[in-house]
Amino acid sequence: MTDTQTALPRADIAASARTRRRWNPRSLLSKRESPVVLALLLLVLFTYLANPRFLAPQGLKDLMLNATIMMIMAAGQALIISTRSVDLSVGSALGLTAFLTGTLFATYPSIPIIVVFLAGIAMGAGLGAINGLLVTTARVPAMVITLGTLYVFRGVNSWWAGSTQYFAGDRPDAFGNLSVSLLVGIPIITIIAIIVIAVVTLFQRYSRSGRDLYAIGSDPDAAIVYGIPVGRRVFTAFVTNGALVGLAGVLYASRFNSVGAVTGTGLELQVVAAAVVGGVAIVGGVGTAAGAAIGALLLTTITGALTSVGVDKFWQQAVVGGLILASILIDRLATLRRARNLRKATS
Amino acid sequence: MTDTLTPVAAPPALSATRGAISRTLASRPALMTYILLVLLILASTMVPRFAQPRTATFLLLDVVATLLMAMPMTLVMITGDIDLSVASVAGLSSAVMGVLFTGGMPFGGVVLICLLVGLACGLFNGLFTAYVGLPALAVTIGTLALFRGLALVVIGDNAVSNFPPAASAYATGSFGATGIPLVMLPVGLIIVAFAVVLHMTPFGRTLFAMGHSMEAARFVGVNTKRARLLTLMSSGLVSALAGVFWTLRYSSARSDNATGLELVVIAAVVLGGVSVFGGKGSIWGSVCGVLIIGVINYALRLNRIPEVVLVTITGLLLIISVVAPSVVASWSAWRHRRRRAREIDSTITTAGALSA
Repeated sequence: MTDTQTALPRADIAASARTRRRWNPRSLLSKRESPVVLALLLLVLFTYLANPRFLAPQGLKDLMLNATIMMIMAAGQALIISTRSVDLSVGSALGLTAFLTGTLFATYPSIPIIVVFLAGIAMGAGLGAINGLLVTTARVPAMVITLGTLYVFRGVNSWWAGSTQYFAGDRPDAFGNLSVSLLVGIPIITIIAIIVIAVVTLFQRYSRSGRDLYAIGSDPDAAIVYGIPVGRRVFTAFVTNGALVGLAGVLYASRFNSVGAVTGTGLELQVVAAAVVGGVAIVGGVGTAAGAAIGALLLTTITGALTSVGVDKFWQQAVVGGLILASILIDRLATLRRARNLRKATS
Repeated sequence: MTDTLTPVAAPPALSATRGAISRTLASRPALMTYILLVLLILASTMVPRFAQPRTATFLLLDVVATLLMAMPMTLVMITGDIDLSVASVAGLSSAVMGVLFTGGMPFGGVVLICLLVGLACGLFNGLFTAYVGLPALAVTIGTLALFRGLALVVIGDNAVSNFPPAASAYATGSFGATGIPLVMLPVGLIIVAFAVVLHMTPFGRTLFAMGHSMEAARFVGVNTKRARLLTLMSSGLVSALAGVFWTLRYSSARSDNATGLELVVIAAVVLGGVSVFGGKGSIWGSVCGVLIIGVINYALRLNRIPEVVLVTITGLLLIISVVAPSVVASWSAWRHRRRRAREIDSTITTAGALSA
């Protein structure tokens, strides 16, 4: 992998950071996120050329609204996957927090919106903490634990919701307007998402505990030997991801008309796919929240793009599958080339 | 995180046979068998209408698709890979079956082509995983979407349901009064075949070796790439067969058949003792895992307990099944340490007594 992503001693990280200050145009091309950004730009460009209405204000707005929730979840998942774990319970956790949002507004109609946001985020973080505790204390693979909590959370959700559904009418207009009103041409929930994703990406890149996550994902044993509190860091990653999913759940209730027992079912693998497309390697140690979010944007955009250029709707999912495969293939080829160049440089 | 192999106290030196028998009786598959038996007894005594032939029919018919997919999944996961595309392969095979049969092809030919489609799907997964060197999790998330997408391309919104009555009757019929479905005969043969391959052939042993260490397996001369390709191909083939069965059982070929079944299969297999890191697992354990979930679901549904509880119990079982062994392991490690400490203490005192 790239030199900045692997677990280097602190001094080396500082040194490489210093050399990185000299801006090198080639470094832009070799970033892990470059292929997905390029693919997104090309997709938007060609779709626009084929059908200019694709980028009309309304089309653009729909594009952003559809991607927002996936983008937040993919950013959270990037944190988890970069530590060589995975969180499959996110779809169920989103369902729970979305239903909590609906319940809060239905029971206390005058509740301040900010309180609902905090409650959703807190609940998400709590669910993440359950996953994190099980994963770090029982020392069993995250994939199995979160597969278990996927079912448990979903069960709790259906027990809680029963056949109850809350509709947009049960919620105050101001809350629904978050996904209708625009600020500088961008829906407010998308702005929230972009800010959150930027913060998470900066945390990953510059904070000590953020760097530790990459070290853990690159080589868990080495991370332990190096003295990184692996359990605490992984736990924090799960809580943070849970909080982000909680936020996504609240925004889901703002964006979509109804929330009920099955809200968010089956989202988990789409979220993982988005992260993978965005350059987050499933084996851990690399990738950024921003990349994962762009991956989510690409995956949601492609459906709209195919529709607006008149591709048969039945082909859309196959194209999405092909795209996921292409992106991991490109990533593999890039890794191989990088390894070859490194070998050439050292010999 | 990745290390679940906590040190376990070495078993005390018993005579070889007694050791082997007690090991078998305390092994994970045996434990799963006890749980399954206890569940069956509990359900038969406590749940009205459970202890009758109809239960066998419906319970088994409900789990056949999961059971079939669980067999190759066990092999795939023992080598350290995973196949998330199984349900999509079943969906694709179901869609192909519908379209070809409506196109007027004879039924036998249709089934054959479905199986070949499944084999091709497995080949695709296997080539990307073993020969291109991509992680199976990433590849099969991609093909999960791709194969389901192709199913949509093939059949679109349509549903086909006019399959030959004989075939549908075979898929839903049972052996007279016993209530055991007719399809359990071929399914049983497939289970036995997978058990023989995994537990009684050199090939099966190499799968375990690969799960423990791919590198070490390669160094001792195992053709790891071919083995991974073969296990993933078997997964495609059997999943396509499960898709054919699903189509006949619900007499409907649709693109969304068996959606989401991949996680159920993985949950059952992990419950049966397969490690997601590879190297551990058994066919019998996986069969028990599938049946345990099947029995619980069926018994609770007879009691009119809503889906809610079923889902929660499946999840809790899965969590307990992985957390419990690690709790047991750390407890026995602690006991081992304590015994060692006591032994050292007593050696020191005896040594002290001798020298005095």
